[in-house]
Amino acid sequence: MAMTMTQKILAAHAGLSEVKAGQLIEAKLDLVLGNDITAPVGIRAFKKLGKKAVFDRDKIALVPDHFTPNKDIKAAEQCKYIREFAREYAVTNYFEIGEAGIEHALLPEKGLVTAGDVVIGADSHTCTYGALGAFSTGVGSTDMAAGMATGEAWFKVPAAIKFTLTGSMSRFVSGKDVILHIIGRIGVDGALYKSMEFSGDGLKNLSMDDRLCMANMAIEAGAKNGIFEVDDKTLAYINAHSAKPYTVYRADPNAAYDAVYEIDLGKIRPTVSFPHLPDNTRAIDDVGEVAIDQVVIGSCTNGRIEDMRAAAEILKGRKVKKGVRVIIIPGTQKIYLQTMHEGLVDIFIEAGAIFSMPTCGPCLGGHMGVLAKGERAVSTTNRNFVGRMGHPESEVYLASPAVAAASAVMGKIYNPELL
Amino acid sequence: MKVQGKAFKYADNVDTDVIIPARYLNSSDPDELKKHCMEDIDKDFVDRVEPGDIIAAGKNFGCGSSREHAPMVIKACGVSCVIAETFARIFYRNAVNIGLPLLECKEAADAIQAGERVSVDFEAGLIKNENTGKTYRAEKYPPFMRRIMDAGGLVEYIIKK
Repeated sequence: MAMTMTQKILAAHAGLSEVKAGQLIEAKLDLVLGNDITAPVGIRAFKKLGKKAVFDRDKIALVPDHFTPNKDIKAAEQCKYIREFAREYAVTNYFEIGEAGIEHALLPEKGLVTAGDVVIGADSHTCTYGALGAFSTGVGSTDMAAGMATGEAWFKVPAAIKFTLTGSMSRFVSGKDVILHIIGRIGVDGALYKSMEFSGDGLKNLSMDDRLCMANMAIEAGAKNGIFEVDDKTLAYINAHSAKPYTVYRADPNAAYDAVYEIDLGKIRPTVSFPHLPDNTRAIDDVGEVAIDQVVIGSCTNGRIEDMRAAAEILKGRKVKKGVRVIIIPGTQKIYLQTMHEGLVDIFIEAGAIFSMPTCGPCLGGHMGVLAKGERAVSTTNRNFVGRMGHPESEVYLASPAVAAASAVMGKIYNPELL
Repeated sequence: MKVQGKAFKYADNVDTDVIIPARYLNSSDPDELKKHCMEDIDKDFVDRVEPGDIIAAGKNFGCGSSREHAPMVIKACGVSCVIAETFARIFYRNAVNIGLPLLECKEAADAIQAGERVSVDFEAGLIKNENTGKTYRAEKYPPFMRRIMDAGGLVEYIIKK
């Protein structure tokens, strides 16, 4: 029977020659991930299981990144609990803040995920690693605990939606605009329980940073995972970052899809998601006048080096509009250094932005940029739900780094093409 | 198992950030977190909710983050089950794994109004609106998930196994 990319990976990890959509399977895991919010609950559940050891100390990643550097005593206690667990069970891939960053920017950079892997993470944006040709999905803390104990997880094999990408993006359009456009088109539950598979000629025009950003937001369409066909760019990335063996799985040409969308990258406009759902999108040309109080450029969606460069290109020689707060956050320590070495930090600071250490902080209204009642932010993050970045009566507009930077300069949501 | 309670009614796409806002997640204690359940869309929820009560909602209930704290606080508030047209998949998994019953049933989710008495018979997969007398049939759990639910959650299921 013909299978999709995702189905082939799942079949191989379940020891089956084939699987079909809807089938319940138990699959072997290549990596289990948790962060400072989800891991404490997971570790408590793990301890209830009474296991003396984790299934494989090299296949667990613990990344305190949400409320770190510890924002208060309670956050510090949660991080301490994880740190002690990592020590007690000799978890190899525990990352202290000085060697870390935002989990989904960090793990690909550290080479912990490669093509063909099955990864679960107690964080919904674990779907990011689909950019590397892995099956990767967000789960809860109890699944994380069971995964750490047994090295397996149960899955319902997903059906898939195929996105055939053609053409190439125009200047100031990035992977963020493509994925916001797609979510706007199919809705926040448009891919519910399903895989989003990305392939086509246009793939070669998307950088790895574009693909990581797009796979990252598959969950915002309700998808179980987003996955990209593996090409030369993927292999070059994997070879540059990882010594782990990898397997390339390709969808059968006659695999069944619930829907197929053709996306001409050349037609995509800079895109903005209005409050309070990611599918509430408008092309930049239809945004109108929206004055803003804050800009956040960073997160697991857009905290990579190309995002830093896109922001710097706009901010170079310009000033942030008086009264607007601009927070720029690199995804990892490595990206932080690279941003500095390329002289981008000077550009940010001279423009009047603040440049922070890596943290998820403001994306989820945790710290480092929380919004007051009635305030509006343009953010390169992934969610604009009610209260997401602070007060329940604040507003978040999702956009690309280029749109966010242009908005920082103008004090309102602005098209970078017009600057 | 049978349950009965009054209904709370919500719209489509109730996300995990409103079920339990991230600003409180520097704690993972269910008793502390349950004080903030639903507060960004329904300030009165925690004062009015009683053991056995039911949540009825539209499409994609529980979308957003993977935080297991979301089904955890709903359960900690005493809610006996959530009836929705559809559920977001991570929320669905988490609810199964911690033993919070969910029922997918568009007709019931649409018809049930806030404050109405609703009873649910999980074995039969039947939902009854006690105010109108109408009954609805929900999708039953596949046997594998049923076994996890019957054990009381995934941890208990693995221990038994």
